[in-house]
Amino acid sequence: MRQTIVEKIFSQHSGKRAKVGDIIIADVDFCFGQDGTSALIIDSFRKMGVEAVHDRNKFCMVIDHSSPSPNIGVSTIHSKMRTFAREFGLKVYDVGSGVCHQIVPENGYVTAGDLIIGADSHTCTYGAVNAFSAGVGSTDLAISLATGKNWFKVPETIKVVLKGKLGKGVYAKDIILHIIGDMTAGGANYRAIEFSGEVIDELSVESRFTIANMAVEMGAKCGIMEADRKTIAWVKKHSSRDPKPVEPDEDAKYIEIREYELSMLAPQVAKPHSVDNVSNIEDIGNTPIDQVYIGTCTNGRLEDLEIAAKILKGNKVAPYLRLIVTPASKWIYLDAMKKGYIDIFVDAGAIVNNPGCGPCVGTHQGVLADGENALSTANRNFKGRMGNPNANIYLGSPAVAAATAIAGRIADPREYKRKL
Amino acid sequence: MGNHVHRLKIQNDINTDYVISGRYKFKIQDEKELAKYIFEDLDPGFAKKIKAGDFLVSGDNFGCGSSREQAPVALKASGIQAVLAKSFSRIFYRNAFNVGLCLIECETRFIDDMDEIEIDLKRNVVKNITKGLNIEIKPVPKIMMDFLSVGGAIEYFKKEKGFGKFN
Repeated sequence: MRQTIVEKIFSQHSGKRAKVGDIIIADVDFCFGQDGTSALIIDSFRKMGVEAVHDRNKFCMVIDHSSPSPNIGVSTIHSKMRTFAREFGLKVYDVGSGVCHQIVPENGYVTAGDLIIGADSHTCTYGAVNAFSAGVGSTDLAISLATGKNWFKVPETIKVVLKGKLGKGVYAKDIILHIIGDMTAGGANYRAIEFSGEVIDELSVESRFTIANMAVEMGAKCGIMEADRKTIAWVKKHSSRDPKPVEPDEDAKYIEIREYELSMLAPQVAKPHSVDNVSNIEDIGNTPIDQVYIGTCTNGRLEDLEIAAKILKGNKVAPYLRLIVTPASKWIYLDAMKKGYIDIFVDAGAIVNNPGCGPCVGTHQGVLADGENALSTANRNFKGRMGNPNANIYLGSPAVAAATAIAGRIADPREYKRKL
Repeated sequence: MGNHVHRLKIQNDINTDYVISGRYKFKIQDEKELAKYIFEDLDPGFAKKIKAGDFLVSGDNFGCGSSREQAPVALKASGIQAVLAKSFSRIFYRNAFNVGLCLIECETRFIDDMDEIEIDLKRNVVKNITKGLNIEIKPVPKIMMDFLSVGGAIEYFKKEKGFGKFN
């Protein structure tokens, strides 16, 4: 047998036995675009000259990156998306619905064993529920919208085994930042990653999304995990389709196996201006922060808001610092309200934005000034990412973010151990 | 006569946010206009140095990060004939061939800023005219060369009415 998870999913979706290096044509179970990529999807689709989409139930568009629109240019893009959707009877998750990578699994478009592509690089997120999912560009997406298929080169797989037991105040975000720091920004280029081990088994599905989400920051094509009871329960709760769990063969061939012992892991911070520039929080020193952002497809889920709320409860945001919180979807927003987290945030002095990507992409809702430092729970800290090339972005977990918002400088959440 | 090479201040891990910032990609729909802002956050004024047919040369992992297709679109619209790098990030790699931008994966240590070079895709070789060197090109999957030869993936699909011989 000797097949990895990805080789098996590609075999099932192409009708041929897929092995590393093969070029295959595979059926795509679902595909989507967002407002940064859909204008070009629509242009490419129209250029193809086809009369209909392949299956209107296997596609959606999400208006999340710049939403509600901050300027006429963006309004024109949003309007173009809605017009195209009306013409072909397509689903649009409009302003306020949330981030595509929460919307797509939450609305049941993903189940175990699926092959998903999205015109957004963080589409690798659904590897957490045992789906092959990869980011593509707009033209590739248009081809799948028209044909229901695409071509793929079957990647080699790196197996990453996570061992030990996480300490208090240490989370999925710290794990993936630590791995990226070790493997570097191009360390998994063209390759799939299979994450496994007792640490993954212990994590919630939400936390697994955080890890799979950032696989692309090492260049990986996808970051996939096996399905366990938690996975199956999660996908069944959201999707009416039957899960088709896929596990690797015992003698599957990996290009590399890496093991990480995580029991002693400290909270991690990625420093400007690259995601692989990672340090233990103790080594960060005194770093004053002007803006803290909690949200995004990496860390805008309910458990992330819960952790931040626990730390912020009864505390105030530091003077001269802005704390921005953006729930990843409307449903998360509603749940956070019911659980009282939103009250805690507003009471502490935070700004709560509508669900979406918030200030992550630098087009609106919290653009930085020259020389400012931000601490964000997002997945990218590239120069200019939050709208200003003369600002600095640090990345950390929601716990680091909350502790930092109180302290006014990058702070260790283990100071709040008793609250966690 | 070959065309000239341009190198950025930073060599490795050039991400697509640097190629074209999110600030511009949401605001500007016209590709020629977009092309004026390539590498604006990294190397302001870089776009002005490019003459039609010139080359961009970089190190490892060029094009990492966001899947924005505006990145290869803007590079192509700027007049850049091909991007040469030691390695490319995979989403950008697909996007470039899909929109008809040529990428060359090769050893780029022996190509300096303003060197004059030529690309020979038949023999898979980069000729560094300034240094009198030939550099081998890593072969590209055939489907991508087929896209490139007709100007991009959409043109290929129209011509073949589908995936063509890859079906």
